[in-house]
Amino acid sequence: MTQSAPALERAIFVPMARDRATVVVAAVALAALVAAPWAATGGPSALLRAFSGEAVLWPLLAAALATLAFAALGRDRWTAGAAALAVAWGIGSGFAGGNSGPAFGIGAAVALGALTVCLARAIARRGLFNGDAAVATIVVVIAALLLLFIFYPVGKSLLSAVLDPAGRFAPALAAERLLTADIWSVDCLRGGARCGVAINSAILAIIVGVLSTLLGLILALVVQRGGRRYSGLLKVMSILPIITPPFVIALALVVLFGRTGLVTSWLEAIGVPRSRWIYGLPGVTLAQLLSFSPIAFMILHGALAAVSPALEEAAQTLRASRGRVFRTVTWPLLRPALANAFLLGFVESLADFANPIVLAGNFEVLSTKIYFAIAGAQHDPGRAAVLASVLLGFTILAFWLQQRWLGRASYVTVSGKGDGGIPAQLPRSMWFGCFGIAAAWIGFTLVCYAVILVGGFVKDIGRGAMSLSLSHFGAGFGIEWGARGLLFTGSAWDSFFTTITVAAVAAPLTTVIGLLAAYVITRHRFAGRRSFEFLTMVSFAIPGTVIGVSYIVAFNVPPLELTGGMLILVLCFVFRNMPVGVRAGVAALAQIDKTLDEASATLRASTSRTLREVIVPLLRPAILATLVFSFTHAMTAVSAVIFLATAKYNLATVYIIGRVEAGEYPLAIAYSTVLIFFMLAVLLLVQKAVGDARLGRRTENLIATGH
Amino acid sequence: MGKAAGGVVFDQVSKHYGEVKAVDAVSFTVSPGELVTLLGPSGCGKTTILRMVAGLEPVTSGHIAIGGTDVTLRAANERNVSMVFQSYALFPHMTVLENVCYGPLSTSSDKAAARKLAHAKLDMLGLAGLGDRLPSELSGGQQQRVAVARSLVLEPAVLLFDEPLSNLDAKLRRHVRQEIRDLQQSLSLTVIYVTHDQEEALAVSDHIIVMENGRIAQQGTPHELYEKPASRFLADFIGDANLVEGELVVDGEGRAFAAGGATMPVVADGMAPGPATLAVRPHRLRLVEPGPGSLPGVCKRSAYIGSRTEYMVATPWGDLLVFDAEAHKPRGRDEAVGVAFDRAAAIVLPR
Repeated sequence: MTQSAPALERAIFVPMARDRATVVVAAVALAALVAAPWAATGGPSALLRAFSGEAVLWPLLAAALATLAFAALGRDRWTAGAAALAVAWGIGSGFAGGNSGPAFGIGAAVALGALTVCLARAIARRGLFNGDAAVATIVVVIAALLLLFIFYPVGKSLLSAVLDPAGRFAPALAAERLLTADIWSVDCLRGGARCGVAINSAILAIIVGVLSTLLGLILALVVQRGGRRYSGLLKVMSILPIITPPFVIALALVVLFGRTGLVTSWLEAIGVPRSRWIYGLPGVTLAQLLSFSPIAFMILHGALAAVSPALEEAAQTLRASRGRVFRTVTWPLLRPALANAFLLGFVESLADFANPIVLAGNFEVLSTKIYFAIAGAQHDPGRAAVLASVLLGFTILAFWLQQRWLGRASYVTVSGKGDGGIPAQLPRSMWFGCFGIAAAWIGFTLVCYAVILVGGFVKDIGRGAMSLSLSHFGAGFGIEWGARGLLFTGSAWDSFFTTITVAAVAAPLTTVIGLLAAYVITRHRFAGRRSFEFLTMVSFAIPGTVIGVSYIVAFNVPPLELTGGMLILVLCFVFRNMPVGVRAGVAALAQIDKTLDEASATLRASTSRTLREVIVPLLRPAILATLVFSFTHAMTAVSAVIFLATAKYNLATVYIIGRVEAGEYPLAIAYSTVLIFFMLAVLLLVQKAVGDARLGRRTENLIATGH
Repeated sequence: MGKAAGGVVFDQVSKHYGEVKAVDAVSFTVSPGELVTLLGPSGCGKTTILRMVAGLEPVTSGHIAIGGTDVTLRAANERNVSMVFQSYALFPHMTVLENVCYGPLSTSSDKAAARKLAHAKLDMLGLAGLGDRLPSELSGGQQQRVAVARSLVLEPAVLLFDEPLSNLDAKLRRHVRQEIRDLQQSLSLTVIYVTHDQEEALAVSDHIIVMENGRIAQQGTPHELYEKPASRFLADFIGDANLVEGELVVDGEGRAFAAGGATMPVVADGMAPGPATLAVRPHRLRLVEPGPGSLPGVCKRSAYIGSRTEYMVATPWGDLLVFDAEAHKPRGRDEAVGVAFDRAAAIVLPR
């Protein structure tokens, strides 16, 4: 001890005690192989299957047994090797079996999952992840799930773009599919009839990006710099996009401006002929602006609030006029947020499915074209994959630009200490302009929502028949007292209950996975942390339509045969909404002083106890917020799940789209009203719960944020 | 360096962050029952050392032993140490009692036993009756004592303090540091204490280790460090000191220090004549009437701070800071004075 020691090769902590948890998990894996049905269709376990001739399962069984044995002996290196072999063999043999093999069932899922955990714990004991088995398990399991449910399906569907219908590699066919005028034609810019679908999408996205940023800025300026408080407006603007099913706006526009719409009929009465102008670029643009400008507003409102009033006051004391203050101080500081808002609007517009499917008419965009390539008469997955890769290329380009431009360009939050002061008011002329536009826009939004609220209660608002009627609610949500109790006779009940079930199952999973990922990303330093963070955020950049197509392509054949069930809906929601959970968790964890974790560790608590007893209780508000978000998001999602919903497991949004396509607007509107009020009720309930939770420990932040 | 039965042994420990050597081949021993302070300016590596003892930072190279066991590769929750954090790090969602019970419940599920241990420590620290409060309902001083109770309840081999007084106001600090010292002595605790405040370090420590740029600049008792600083950095860092660049010369049988044309006798046993730095504490300088045996000077500024008057005096050795306790005899601006000191009070440092 007293002699000077040679330098250690790696600075890591090695756990002291023998790891009982690994032994237990390995035993679970083995039990699943022995007792649980291996295939999705039920039937015998892996062991029985091996005895009855499926020799391919023997190496898996042997490796699982070896994992248990080595774990019991405390031979970490061998445990890791055996577990890795078992997982690789299990998955590999499943895929090698191809379409003729069995689909993984409960036994396979439990066994392979448990073996992955064994692998993670064993490599942690070999020194990876600073020797922390809990961190290793979280990282390895989440990364494996992301690879399986994001990268594998998206990769497989993109691959199918370069395969011919027989499954052979066909670059020529892929190039032909990709370079067709259908996609890339720019005729309309040269005065021709129509453009390619990619060009259409790009034009729409740029228009919507620019205009929604502008509108968001105007609304933010009025709220922040109008000289009065509009906190109520702020709250409504932040809640509306969360609880509005995506096609509600488009429905309202049709009711107002369609061929038989309220405004159209009124205009005809004063001599303007009926037209179909709303179906096409103008209608989609208007609908997307109404849908997405609240998001731009939230971004710019935050950025404006973060501009330190002291900077503007400094400019004022240097004799600058209000106009000069805005031009030389406020505007430059806002530029990163403006770019951010534009890119988000751009991406939202590209990924939007609900508005175009109602309003696009002959103006074709990528997201709907992908849908029709799968669901339409032509059924061409290869073409869908090509279109999906174009759409994915656009969104990834946008996010790449965002990272490149904005990665370091946020100067708004530079100063640490907040200083008081009064934000500069807008120049007089500008204020009038902004206020006028904002008032008109908010008025228009209100009219749209009013149409939806009224539309469910009248005979047929789409044709101007305004007599009071509850028949739509009766058709959708009828309840009768039958011989065996309550009967849900309405046609919408099935989809409504399925939606709630799926959302209620997906929300806690999303929250747990998202927050655990956030915890290891923010609180632990380990090799590969940056890559792991990237993995968790990637699905944010993938449009829902692309995910939907990918799931259809990847998960309709063994070994992962999931289509047609409820599980695939849950998985789709979990992995699409997870990035938001990660973001929320990262933000919330930043508020909790890291010394609390360290204090827990020096008091001998394990990482999992620190998580359970320190982190999770302090994260309660973030947990509830993420739960609500993923729940409402699952209820309003449409672009991905429209591919995955079936007659048996139909979802509310998909059911409404069906009613819209059948022209049954009143029922669609009535259903939308029900959804809006249901989600509003959930939101308010949870807000009350969170409010109470905060009251319980009123000054927590004083300590939690430490020095 | 002997193998201590309790205590902490640091053996050639380094911590590198890329190219930056935060801690560079540091070795020291903390004997059982001793309070050792790590003292140094911010960024000197003292907190990193504390965190390496706790197991919150892995070492790059070297070995750490606690209580005679090599713990270099043990994680924080497998080491027999506890730490009082600068921010106290009390769990805000748990009551005082739950906070103090937290440690015992890590290793056993016996809640009654944990409560008994916790109550004993709370009583000892004068916190009886506050067990049901939340940390946010306590004063800063009480929070600090809860943090100490929470660390003591596991009866660790080593107790670590990371700048425990920095969140208290100035009056309370003096009181709390004495409490910590009394507690340490009455329980014979082995304590490593980190601070950047040299007065605090002098007041509480058995030994002080002064850090500079990731290395140990000097270690010793408070008295040794104050009276016999080993370098210019130490003389300047611990207490106030006037530092004069000059030359050590032979003066009859003894030695003298010459600078700016003025020479004063000093004690410098065994040092060869040559370039040297003279360090002398301001309170060891006296203002006298100008004349032989003193440096001629002119008062440039004075500041009356109650217990003494602080003068800045221009002399051939440069501007010297003089603390004059004889406040009843104020010196005027531009008044000619002499600056005198005992030859033993000046420390000669080789350059």
